[in-house]
Amino acid sequence: MNHLDQLENKSVFILREAFNRLDKIGMLWSLGKDSNVMIWLAKKAFLGHVPFPVIHVDTEKKFKEMYEFRDRYVKEWGLTLIRDTCPPIEEIDPSLPAAARSAARKTAGLKKVQDREKFSGLIAGIRRDEQATRAKERVFSPRGVEGQWDFRDQPPEFWDQYKTDYPAGTHLRIHPLLHWTELDIWQYTQRENIPTISLYYSKGGKRYRSLGDEDITFPVDSQASTIDEIITELQTTNVSERSGRAMDHEAEDAFERLRADGYL
Amino acid sequence: MSNLSQGAVRDLLRIVIVGHVDHGKSTLVGRLLHDTNSLPAGKVEEIKAMSDRRGMPFEYAFLMDALQAERDQGITIDTSQIWFNSDKRNYVIIDAPGHKEFLKNMITGAAQSDAALLIIDAEEGVREQSRRHGYLLHLLGIRQVAVAINKMDLVKYSQERFNEISREYRAYLTDLGVEPTFILPVSAREGDNIVTKSAAMGWYDGPTVVGALDRFVSEPLSTDLPLRLPVQDVYKFDERRVIAGRIESGRISVGDEIMFSPSNKTARVKSLEVWPTSLAAPARVTAGYNVSMTLDEQIFVERGDTISHVKNAPIETDVFRARLFWLGHEPLSIGKTYKLKLNTTEAQIQVQKIEAVIDTGDLSSASATVVERNQVAEIVLRSRRMLALDAFNDKPATGRFVLVDGYDIAGGGIISMEGYADQRQLITQRSTNIVKVEQGVSDDERARMNGHRGGVIWFTGLSGAGKSTLSVELERRLFEKGYSVYVLDGDNIRFGLNANLGFSPEDRSENIRRVGEVAALFARAGMIALTAFISPYRSDRDRARAAAPNRFHEVYVQADVKTCESRDPKGLYEKARRGEIKEFTGISAPYEEPEVAELVVDTAKHSIEECVAQLITYIEANFSLRAASAQLEARAR
Repeated sequence: MNHLDQLENKSVFILREAFNRLDKIGMLWSLGKDSNVMIWLAKKAFLGHVPFPVIHVDTEKKFKEMYEFRDRYVKEWGLTLIRDTCPPIEEIDPSLPAAARSAARKTAGLKKVQDREKFSGLIAGIRRDEQATRAKERVFSPRGVEGQWDFRDQPPEFWDQYKTDYPAGTHLRIHPLLHWTELDIWQYTQRENIPTISLYYSKGGKRYRSLGDEDITFPVDSQASTIDEIITELQTTNVSERSGRAMDHEAEDAFERLRADGYL
Repeated sequence: MSNLSQGAVRDLLRIVIVGHVDHGKSTLVGRLLHDTNSLPAGKVEEIKAMSDRRGMPFEYAFLMDALQAERDQGITIDTSQIWFNSDKRNYVIIDAPGHKEFLKNMITGAAQSDAALLIIDAEEGVREQSRRHGYLLHLLGIRQVAVAINKMDLVKYSQERFNEISREYRAYLTDLGVEPTFILPVSAREGDNIVTKSAAMGWYDGPTVVGALDRFVSEPLSTDLPLRLPVQDVYKFDERRVIAGRIESGRISVGDEIMFSPSNKTARVKSLEVWPTSLAAPARVTAGYNVSMTLDEQIFVERGDTISHVKNAPIETDVFRARLFWLGHEPLSIGKTYKLKLNTTEAQIQVQKIEAVIDTGDLSSASATVVERNQVAEIVLRSRRMLALDAFNDKPATGRFVLVDGYDIAGGGIISMEGYADQRQLITQRSTNIVKVEQGVSDDERARMNGHRGGVIWFTGLSGAGKSTLSVELERRLFEKGYSVYVLDGDNIRFGLNANLGFSPEDRSENIRRVGEVAALFARAGMIALTAFISPYRSDRDRARAAAPNRFHEVYVQADVKTCESRDPKGLYEKARRGEIKEFTGISAPYEEPEVAELVVDTAKHSIEECVAQLITYIEANFSLRAASAQLEARAR
């Protein structure tokens, strides 16, 4: 069994487990490379169907290419889309550093969707190798009534037995890509021929490794203009994936604060 | 795959780092990543700034201790993962906390790994968590363990100190049945024997840490074991009815005849489905892969059924032993009910017995009525319905379970069937195509003729409790009172009807099943059958009860093991103590006391004469027509 097969089969198992055990689930679709892999895996798990809605929490500050991608693949992939906008920056905790405050709009937007839809499970495409607090996550991760993450007391998780019992009013975040790396995502995207947004490929010596809001996301220096070149780059680079995401670098605890409050 | 070295998909091995708190796990991980150039740009500077901010010397632990609480208190609370590559393959390093109070997080980390690196401080030596972690690795089924004796710089790179700790810890592991793959002397802080050979320890000629990791092998998939495919879900998105699940062991092919346990239905695999549909559908799928399949006939299948081939099906039982680690906030206690999750099955389960709590320090066991948080114990669990499962030692993936208390996973365990029978063959399948011939004589007619109703008096209790003595005496006394009565015991059953049975758990259970059926026939014929068998298993007695509905009276002949052993009429206890009889009930095999016996007679407290009198009173009240009519008359008056 090849490494990509192992990753794929574990993720399919997790998605099927979430679909069976939880009453109402939805999948967060950020339009990036990871969440596209996640939709692809759902189609593998459910034989071409995505039997739950995909949710785009729209900051309305994404790149134009991202919106075009969304509108095209909602149709091609036969998705049920829930689109919600985020509250304006004025409504967000002013004690957060500027970029983190901007990113926290997404948490607020997500809360709005959750308050209305009352999902018992939200599937999100975070990975352990992205960021050190994400490395501590569980596959089935409980969230409190306000969506908050109690990282000091996480449930045990072993032998593919996940926490699927939860008190009313709380929900679970399900992380089917937690065990994947950035390189895995690209190698799998290549093998499966999964569509991606053009911003990932180098133009004029720069490309985006991670996509967020246009005003707080920056491209990195790169000549990689094809998937092959991206894979080669990732096997040799020591620049971290989220180096272009401003909110990660403002303060030591900025990301932890965001995540404790319900950020992905 | 596509192109070879660059762009090629590499193998990945998951390594957990465990050991006592402050023995240097996080430092070793930091050093490993640093010395293999695996840290992203700017990371070292970032860690330096964090350390400076707290007025500490450079702290490698901050690499994985990402939480503010962890950094501020200098402890690892939760498990984390980080990637690095050697020339041979890729690794995920799983850091596991060493504090006892975070054992649930240590287990969460360790259970995901293929192999383990256990760290022991050369100065402090083997400590509580060094042993506990070693024990839990074994329990979690991690068979490849390397031991790094760290901080060798603090003991002046002493070979003597290294040998001393190696000997002590190797002896502990050997008692568990674990053979450490390597024991290596290292200094994580100084970089000795991490990636490069240490110049300070010329006396050591084994591998470095990276060398040791590279010599671990990927755990082979259990493709050669019998098929186990727990049903995860059944989909009906279109006209197909698709059964979904992941193969835990073995392989499945289109056309195979498969069996669903515990429902015991069979069908054939019609197709194995895939998406995208442009891909060719496979003819065969093996362990580790998810399956989407259709069947040749529409039978009712649901999540929790286990698919196997008809041969080599899983064990069916409603009771099993387990070695358990407990993580719950509330202690586990006898009689309490929990939700069991075993693969995709869920069932209510009750703690029947706590056989022993194990001290992971010296491996001694002690009796207990509760299992506290972070303890390991041997227990017996009973389910209200039949379960399909395997012994962990035979098939690890289908031989382990978790217990859920309220909303939380509160413990995990591995299954042993030692002393318990596979009940699959014992499930009485009453053929459906036999038309029952109406008896020409009714039950009432028989009862009027005999003056009493028929029934089964089922004695159960330890060897030496007095079952045979009581039944023989009771038979004589009832006979003299005019009852139609007969004793079934080992002598008249084992020599004839059951001459083909031995003493394995399965044969013992079959022995009791037949006794139950024969006793039921006697009862239907209008007689009172007295049976005198230890019949140690509740499941067996419940089956005998089901064979004679409304006529079955369970009598628990109570006497503790000590009393029985002092009587020892046949010298059996002595033989069992000498090990000449294996699996002797009460000594080396379980006796499950009745939960609700119709009658309890205590032969330790009362004489045989008193017990027989108690039994006669009971039988007269329940079986005699005279007693019944006298009661009616009394009520009429």
